[in-house]
Amino acid sequence: MTSMTRRELLKGAALLPAAAAVATTAPITFVPRTMPSSGGRPPDYTAPAQGFLNTDEKAFVEAAVARIIPADDLGPGAKEAGVADFIDRQLAGPYGLAETWYMQGPWQPGTEQQGYQLRLAPAQLYRAAIAQIDRHLKQSQGNRGFAQLDPKAQDDFLHALEKADVKISGDLGKEFFEMLVVNTIEGFLADPIYGGNKDFIGWKLVGFPGPRYNYVAQIGEFGKKFDMPFVSIAGRDAGIRES
Amino acid sequence: MAKRLPPKDVVLVGFGWTASILAKELTDVGLQVVALERGGFRDTIPDFSPTTIQDELRYAVRNGLFEEPHRETLTFRNDASQLALPMRQLGSFRPAAGAGGAGVHWNGQNWRFLPSDFVAYTHNVQRYGKGFIPADMNLQDWGVTYEELEPHYDAFEYLCGISGKAGNLGGKLQEGGNPFEGARRREYPLPPLKRCYSTVLFDKAAKEAGLHPFPAPAANTSEPYKNLYGVQMGQCTFCGYCEWFGCGNYSKASPQACVFPVLLGRDNFELRSQCEVTKVLRDSSGKRATGVVYVDVTGEAYEQPADLVILCAFAQHNVHLLLVSGIGKPYDPQQNVGVVGRNYAYQITSSVDVFLDEVLNPFMGAGALGQIVDDFNGDNFDHGPHGFIGGGYLANWNTGGRPILQHHLPDKTPKWGSGFKKALAENYLKSTSIATHGCVMAYRGNYLDLDPTYRDVYGNPLLRLTFDFHDNEHKMSDFLTDRAAEVAKAMKPRSMHPKPRKGHYSIVPYQTTHNTGGAVMGTDPRTSVVNRYLQSWDVPNLFVMGSSVFPQNPGYNPTGTVGALTFWAARAIKEQYLRNPGPLMSA
Repeated sequence: MTSMTRRELLKGAALLPAAAAVATTAPITFVPRTMPSSGGRPPDYTAPAQGFLNTDEKAFVEAAVARIIPADDLGPGAKEAGVADFIDRQLAGPYGLAETWYMQGPWQPGTEQQGYQLRLAPAQLYRAAIAQIDRHLKQSQGNRGFAQLDPKAQDDFLHALEKADVKISGDLGKEFFEMLVVNTIEGFLADPIYGGNKDFIGWKLVGFPGPRYNYVAQIGEFGKKFDMPFVSIAGRDAGIRES
Repeated sequence: MAKRLPPKDVVLVGFGWTASILAKELTDVGLQVVALERGGFRDTIPDFSPTTIQDELRYAVRNGLFEEPHRETLTFRNDASQLALPMRQLGSFRPAAGAGGAGVHWNGQNWRFLPSDFVAYTHNVQRYGKGFIPADMNLQDWGVTYEELEPHYDAFEYLCGISGKAGNLGGKLQEGGNPFEGARRREYPLPPLKRCYSTVLFDKAAKEAGLHPFPAPAANTSEPYKNLYGVQMGQCTFCGYCEWFGCGNYSKASPQACVFPVLLGRDNFELRSQCEVTKVLRDSSGKRATGVVYVDVTGEAYEQPADLVILCAFAQHNVHLLLVSGIGKPYDPQQNVGVVGRNYAYQITSSVDVFLDEVLNPFMGAGALGQIVDDFNGDNFDHGPHGFIGGGYLANWNTGGRPILQHHLPDKTPKWGSGFKKALAENYLKSTSIATHGCVMAYRGNYLDLDPTYRDVYGNPLLRLTFDFHDNEHKMSDFLTDRAAEVAKAMKPRSMHPKPRKGHYSIVPYQTTHNTGGAVMGTDPRTSVVNRYLQSWDVPNLFVMGSSVFPQNPGYNPTGTVGALTFWAARAIKEQYLRNPGPLMSA
């Protein structure tokens, strides 16, 4: 494969300041910009959502989350729950830009115990890794990117990425995959106001009723399944605007 | 040049539990008090409103209420041979920023330490001999006893409205409480919380195993309550959003729920938020603090003169401030001399996840809703055969069933794919966990100093943390995990998933925000930064609050003792220091 070396990749990323990474999209209004000092207002879930990913990247993420939590005989999975939208929006916001992370050098690889030491914010990691993975796949899979593979081949590739059997710029592929799994679970099980867990698909699967506030009457009913309607911070099903 | 402001009697650095209690106690006696808080102002409404606070992604996953590493963090390494690298995002612990501090986002698990914890050196040497203590362990007594702190523990419990059952009233053991606790003067202010199903099953299994389970002392109110300061609190509703969240129901004890209503309107009190203290100033003698320098949200620097300076920031930030201000002798681990940064400690935790056939409804919870076994804490059992000192508790907590971070999966569950999904679906409602919460002793190789390379947003060196678990802690934690597995087995589970704590300490996975030490208390200035009244040995008009004063970290959550020590120091300041400002103890 012709792959950028990690050094080149990092250099390239350094030329792309975090703010420039979203300069091509409209101002972000959906994602809450939390500061410890900010007031307690919830995110404005009625505002139009803006994302970070381009069309190819979005197709990649949609295909990948569909394998991480698949639709199967237990019901719909992460794709159906809108998790790709969730990730797209998260990447466009403070999380994707690593707004609260310490991102000053010098940059050095550390021990496992010292944690993440890449100079890439999550959005940059997605962009860099997806481009490289698709370039790698198109060379070995007859010009097909990840989204164009069949589910079995997608699973095989993700397993290889997870085990670092396929190397994408050193550990970059593995770091990316771990982040993608974490973000997928977040989107599947977060409040629907963030764009994933659409129609409470995630919460219905596990049986979490949502933020219900008061269980004084029910907590002593041992072994009884709680069967009130599912709720979101924004209200019940009908209260959530589709976007 | 920092703009010089009119002087105050007292400047408090930070505005969490310790500062808000001190502000109340010291304005009571007529002092002019200003608190400087690095984060913003927050109050129950609107910041913790129940209609918005129950958001796991925003607060528990994306760290909505905590300090932001881009402004300040620390560097970390396991031992002095390694290069320390920055903690770039929060992981192992999550210090707060903002009014109320960590008192906003804690669970409310509120403990007294054991009487023997305060005399850890004397007690262990007496019972097991000097040879039983590892050579590199800096084990020491606190310089204050349980009996001296008892009235102040009581005050903090009556401030918070603790729900619980006494186990020892004036030396008489009480059915249903913790039989190992020190004697207390009276019952808890409120009866225990209602129980959830998992804690009932845990309690039964623990009793079958011959242990002594009891309801955890909870700073979650089981009934409406009017507190020590006359503030009304509401009854906890078991919403399951305590830890990482603020309480919108006035039922989890916090500075907002317990102190703000009687403090904030006072003429002699002022809170300045988004003001970060960067240095403690001293006169030319170096023995008197003259005030502090702080930077406001616009970047403007101010000098706030004061007669009394009290550090009330989070544990390691107090140590950082002492180091960057050049106060006290920094610790030198090679020679084991110097004091600032010495005896940093933490907590060692593990768990055994338990998978049952019954529906447990884990989402009906509260931060300190739990059943505890304290048989293996401190020196509640004979350590002779085990070859370690210290201990910890076993707990079945049901803090909530927030699905992203609080789902349990059986051993060997795939990390993704249909197998993962199936395990998630089958186990979320029918699983619980037994936690172990162990002490960490202090060692020569575990310490805090200033990093030579990395800088914070003000250009000051970051704090550098050098820390690892030692054999004593691993042995102790493995012992606790084995005991937890025995109780788990007695619960007759479908399956169980032990998660022992192995190998080197890692800054990555969340463990606890129980960071301690670095500015420890004692009666000998060669091994402590502050005396038994939390007064600096070097600068008598400087006091240091919080868990940075713990000489080592016992097997309980720290807040109860942090609160008791604050009332203890407040009394010493009011009754002794103000009458005769100067050292309260001779070295």
